[in-house]
Amino acid sequence: MTSLTVHQTPEAHPDTSTPDPHQDTFSKTVLGFWMYLMTDCLLFGTLFATYAVLHNSTFGGPTSHEIYNLSTAFIETMILLLSSVTCGLAVLASLKNAKASVVAWLLVTFLLGATFIAFELTEFHHLIQDGHSWQKSAFLSSFFTLVGTHGTHVSVGLFWMLVLILQVFFAGITVDTFRRLVVFSMFWHFLDLIWIFIYTFVYLMGVI
Amino acid sequence: MFGKLTPEAFIHEGSQNFAVIMVVLTGIGLAALLTYFKLWKWLWKEWLTTVDPKRLGIMYIIVALLMFMKGFADAFMMRLQQALSVGDSHGFISPGHFQEIFSAHGTTMIFFVGMGVVFALMNLIVPLQIGARDVAFPFLNALGFWLFAAGAMLTVVSLAIGKFSATGWLAYPPLSGIEYSPGEGVDYWIWLVQISGVGSTISGINFLVTILKMRCPGMTWMKMPIFTWSGLCAMVLIIFAFPILTATLALLTLDRYLGMHFFTAGGGGNLMMYVNLIWAWGHPEVYILILPIFGIFSEVVPTFSEKRLFGYASMVWALVVITFLSFVVWLHHFFTMGASSNVNAFFGIMTMLIAVPTGVKIFNWLFTKFRGRIHFETPMLWFFAFVLNFTVGGMTGVLLSSPPVDFQAHNSLFLIAHFHGMVIGGVLFGFFAGFTYWFPKFTGFLLDDKLNRYAFWCWFGGFLLAFMPLYMLGFMGATRRLDHYEAATGWHPLFIVVFIGAIIILIGASIQFYGLIESIINRDKNRDTTGDPWNGRTLEWSTPSPPPVYNFAVIPTVSSVDPLWAIKRGQAPKPAETYEDIHLPVNTPLAFFIGMLAIAFGFAMTWYIFWLGAISFIGILTCVVIRLSGKDKFEIIPAEEVKKMEAARRSPASA
Amino acid sequence: MHTELSLNEIKKEWHGTYKAYLIGFVASLLLTLLSFSLVVYKVLNGPTLIYTLISLGLVQAAVQLLFFLHLGQEAKPRWETLIFAFMLLLLLIVLIGTLWVMHDLNNRVMEMHQ
Repeated sequence: MTSLTVHQTPEAHPDTSTPDPHQDTFSKTVLGFWMYLMTDCLLFGTLFATYAVLHNSTFGGPTSHEIYNLSTAFIETMILLLSSVTCGLAVLASLKNAKASVVAWLLVTFLLGATFIAFELTEFHHLIQDGHSWQKSAFLSSFFTLVGTHGTHVSVGLFWMLVLILQVFFAGITVDTFRRLVVFSMFWHFLDLIWIFIYTFVYLMGVI
Repeated sequence: MFGKLTPEAFIHEGSQNFAVIMVVLTGIGLAALLTYFKLWKWLWKEWLTTVDPKRLGIMYIIVALLMFMKGFADAFMMRLQQALSVGDSHGFISPGHFQEIFSAHGTTMIFFVGMGVVFALMNLIVPLQIGARDVAFPFLNALGFWLFAAGAMLTVVSLAIGKFSATGWLAYPPLSGIEYSPGEGVDYWIWLVQISGVGSTISGINFLVTILKMRCPGMTWMKMPIFTWSGLCAMVLIIFAFPILTATLALLTLDRYLGMHFFTAGGGGNLMMYVNLIWAWGHPEVYILILPIFGIFSEVVPTFSEKRLFGYASMVWALVVITFLSFVVWLHHFFTMGASSNVNAFFGIMTMLIAVPTGVKIFNWLFTKFRGRIHFETPMLWFFAFVLNFTVGGMTGVLLSSPPVDFQAHNSLFLIAHFHGMVIGGVLFGFFAGFTYWFPKFTGFLLDDKLNRYAFWCWFGGFLLAFMPLYMLGFMGATRRLDHYEAATGWHPLFIVVFIGAIIILIGASIQFYGLIESIINRDKNRDTTGDPWNGRTLEWSTPSPPPVYNFAVIPTVSSVDPLWAIKRGQAPKPAETYEDIHLPVNTPLAFFIGMLAIAFGFAMTWYIFWLGAISFIGILTCVVIRLSGKDKFEIIPAEEVKKMEAARRSPASA
Repeated sequence: MHTELSLNEIKKEWHGTYKAYLIGFVASLLLTLLSFSLVVYKVLNGPTLIYTLISLGLVQAAVQLLFFLHLGQEAKPRWETLIFAFMLLLLLIVLIGTLWVMHDLNNRVMEMHQ
């Protein structure tokens, strides 16, 4: 018959502490949202790869050198960077339970974000008016899609901010609103992070 | 007003009309039963609004089994067609319809049967195995299910209204572009895959956080059950692979809806890019399907050998290595697309490498059985069938991983035989083993054993008959997706053999279906009151069958692998009986509503009914905002009541 | 057991400070100005310019990850950092793999005649 002895010796002092001491909702939500941001990195990565493969497929149409405007890109970069900082200031204000400051900084962030979108929409509008729409070539398709997807994320962020402003305004700083503020700030910072790669690989590399 | 939708969309070929009538009648029949037995409120309260993973797991299985019937009907029709359609005869299915059938078959089986099985088991087994009461994000878990169900529903709707995609389960452009497939078929496919894909990503995040953060005290990494390890690796794969699918399908959508040129034949598009990206997702996807199956066998084999799993550490290592390697082999799906020999050779070698950790796992299971006390319960039978069929299929995979060989066999029936060895011999047989094994845990009674065995032999023999000849046919030059061929090829006799194999499988599946119903009707005969009918080793067997809504009255503390086995052998103390209040999340209708709105959205976008698309999108947004506002609600079961519930469970059953 | 924390306790789990945001802001600003200037004033060109721009972008990304997203400062076990590292690895594989494969394939496609 088979021997059924177990070969592992029971540990003298087994570690019976909880493997992860932070099992509260805040910890779990932050980690889960971070994982979502990681999936977004892969999503944007796919769009960047597509742009890299197709950016020279101009199909006889204009190249990036002919249509990219570095001044606009620079202004957009500055606006987004500033909004990332004001977003951080909003969360810092919530540490002191300063509800009015939180709402104020969120409004500033919203205005900066909205300005960013306005600049981007104007840029897109000019391109389309000049006959350089996304239907004209693979290059233009990939440009509009990559930059447009980032812009869509920013727009979702703007909508999210409005909801958040209302929540903070009516409920103040609570366990739930603080958690949602932190999660939003992760999202907003992440969008500025992606923008670094857009202005570097799309705009700057596109004009040299 | 109705976009592209016209009355013609409701008219179909003969056999399809039959299928539609069956589905509609079944739906009406179910609604009638629910009304007659006054069960609507029960359905709403206990199932449609639940956030309990044990309930969601059962719902995943129900959807997966229903979709399996659809996918199997597709397969059966194809095999019948191929047995009939030789020379002057053209069978009973038109070429266009045949293309829709094989597209639906693959899409259904991979996205709704395979993924359904994976998430069913994650929901049912993982929280119990890690000693947790729930998952990390109960609402998101429910949402993941309803998005999955929405995709499945859209597949069924496409049967009745309009045509399904005719471009295969992966919709390669330019055929899937708007120029060559202007109809609704590809759009159906895009939206149902996207919607269920979002559900998969959400569920993947949920289970990864659950496994990372909610393990009970003492359950460090190397004390986790291997099934949970396999779930962890599959969730990691989901999180990093599905975004690629989402992005790639979005690009195809933009091509079709907004006239972009990512994958068009003109305008500078590059259709090879689609193939590259879709398989960068597609290869990890097949490992998402198989890793949990490996996990099932790592539970079944030790239990039915009364022996500890051989090589626990190397099993973990193998899972992790497979997870990583599955991201560096994707080009082997398109060796013949024309890359240079350096590129092909690199991916060929990486593909051969990935066979190594898989082999390690198989040897470990066999070494587990060596000198064990083997119980030939049906899960063990499924394991034997798996070892044979999956290994043969795996070996032909290693054959195919050599580019020169693949140049001969690519897209032939040889390839079909290979991957069906993986998905039937692997995923399906593993699921049947797990289903039989864990069924008593969630129902309190066992499945009829004799019927299970008959079904097993039908599946095993039927599979061999239906798929081994395909290897030969592949060598004889038969390509995949053929709806007609000439008699001079000499393929006809083999196609008849293959069809007979399909009939035997049909008999096996029918016995399983009958057996399930019979077991439910005669459940008192096969009752298990111990909660542990197989003498199990892991924590799920320490709960009653079915487990209470809170899983564990007392959160267990573990100090070794196979913690229940340690308790049984006196090497670990039984859990103390100190009870405390238990907090549980409350039910919510929002996940169900979002799922239903997603069906409307997908349907609307497919048929260009944009006002409906806008309304359903706003509806989804509203539900999301509602959910993300206000406080999280909990239901509290006071300690006294927990104590009473535990006592009540213990008194009729004796420990 | 229901592990929930109070507002003050979870505030401790967020690691932002005024100092961190100031450093992050100034560093990002400088790096951005540098990148744009290099291109606009044609200070460098060719591969040197490209590698410099990429490096500046990566440095700024690291700055923002550290000072805005507080990566690496979360409590042990540092899941966020681990998952980020794994994501980076896979992203690089998919990106570099795609670029290599598509470049190779495009080389073997016939030239288009205008």
